[in-house]
Amino acid sequence: MTEELAELVARHPLFAGLPTDVASLVAGCAHNAAFGAGELLLAEGEPAEALYLLRRGRVALEIRKPGSGQLVVETLRPGEVVGLSWLFPPHRWKTDARAMEPVGVVSVDAACLLAKAEADPAFGFALMKRLLPVLLSRLQATRVRLLDLYGDGAHR
Amino acid sequence: MARTAERPAKAGTSLVPLAYRVAWRRRETADVVTIALEAVGESLAPFRAGQFHMLTAFGVGEVAISVSGTPGAPGPVEHTIRDVGAVSHALSRLPVGGVVGARGPFGTSWDVTGLADEDVVVIAGGIGLAPLRGAVHQLSGRRGPGRLTVLVGARTPDQLVFADDVRRWRELGADVRLTVDAATPDWGGEVGLVTSLLASASFDPARTVGLLCGPEVMMRFAAADLADLGVDPSRIRISLERNMQCGAGICGHCQLGPLLLCRDGPVVTYGGAVAALMGQVER
Ligand SMILES: Cc1cc2nc3c(=O)[nH]c(=O)nc-3n(C[C@H](O)[C@H](O)[C@H](O)COP(=O)(O)OP(=O)(O)OC[C@H]3O[C@@H](n4cnc5c(N)ncnc54)[C@H](O)[C@@H]3O)c2cc1C
Ligand code: FES
Repeated sequence: MTEELAELVARHPLFAGLPTDVASLVAGCAHNAAFGAGELLLAEGEPAEALYLLRRGRVALEIRKPGSGQLVVETLRPGEVVGLSWLFPPHRWKTDARAMEPVGVVSVDAACLLAKAEADPAFGFALMKRLLPVLLSRLQATRVRLLDLYGDGAHR
Repeated sequence: MARTAERPAKAGTSLVPLAYRVAWRRRETADVVTIALEAVGESLAPFRAGQFHMLTAFGVGEVAISVSGTPGAPGPVEHTIRDVGAVSHALSRLPVGGVVGARGPFGTSWDVTGLADEDVVVIAGGIGLAPLRGAVHQLSGRRGPGRLTVLVGARTPDQLVFADDVRRWRELGADVRLTVDAATPDWGGEVGLVTSLLASASFDPARTVGLLCGPEVMMRFAAADLADLGVDPSRIRISLERNMQCGAGICGHCQLGPLLLCRDGPVVTYGGAVAALMGQVER
């Protein structure tokens, strides 16, 4: 079972190309999970306790906008990662994440992963080298979106 | 008399507009309409996808508007117009039967003939899909191994144009993805930066041609992302806009560095001088 998980972990773009023993370390903290369409993977304000490697289905990151309900601010596709707030204090989710359709993930227990990273700095560094580019590219995408890329359309 | 290059400008092709009538109109979004124009008398020369006409709203002024129809398609010629100022407002309010002046077609085209074997990635921002629409129609009908990916971004779902065409392109096998900056959950489509869709798109960078149209800032980031993925900048084409007056390479209003964009553009090859002129050099 853990071997199967290690394979799933190693095949996910976040960990692709990592040595199998590293993938096995991650898999030791992981299990498969499924969510029905509309179900929440994580909820704003709740403790951030897992890293989800998205394998199947799309996930919407939503922010509750007082007065006008939920606003989708980003959608994530298979091969992407859902949930990074477990990395740093205060370890609470900043958005909701909702399955837009039936979703399959490898769910990695954050406390377990962090403990392994603390105990094995080489593993911890390898993990950070995989996670930081995700954070950076999301930061950059957010910056570019601040430019109001389409303005009132292509000609603004 | 023999026809020579020195003969006086023929109506329509250069500085003298021809009369065109609105045959039909269709609202695309709250501030975008498509008007289809048919010649009252003499017709303009055939256009190629990506070229533009200079349209006159009588008594108001003249502006550059790309043709949004398909080259060679029978019937009136479509133009998709966003109401942003005096002239575009007057054009977008024209009723069926209303008359405009039209000159052209002007400029360079997307030049999609001969791309049967290539993967083509089209990236459009908002109404930037209008100048690309004819090219996408042509590409979605081509025979050959080349794949077609169309990525369209807009601020909100109600700013997306050409829903019927999107359906048709998908039926013809194109991978068409729409993304917006923010939406309510009932949207169901993608939310995020248009270029983030590139990661999951299927194309072989070594034999990919990119066609980009939208605000310059969007094209700059999209071109840089395509180049980072391995697409040769000389195979990325973008459509640039400047204030057009004569449209015929005479007045110099549309100058960008060494280029007169009414003549050498609007479709130009990204990379080299153009990338530098767009600020790419600071990277
Ligand atoms: C080659 C070419 C093709 C074009 N194709 C289309 C098209 O298919 N559909 C369409 O709706 N528009 C198109 N445009 C843009 C269109 O020409 C302008 O929106 C129009 O000139 C605005 O004139 P106006 O009198 O309505 O507004 P104005 O009163 O002249 O301008 C209103 C506001 O829009 C800004 N503006 C004007 N022109 C542009 C521009 N080109 N880019 C960015 N901001 C601008 C002005 O700075 C001002 O803030 C094209 C332009 C070019 C050069
Ligand atoms: S618009 Fe006059 S030279 Fe281009």
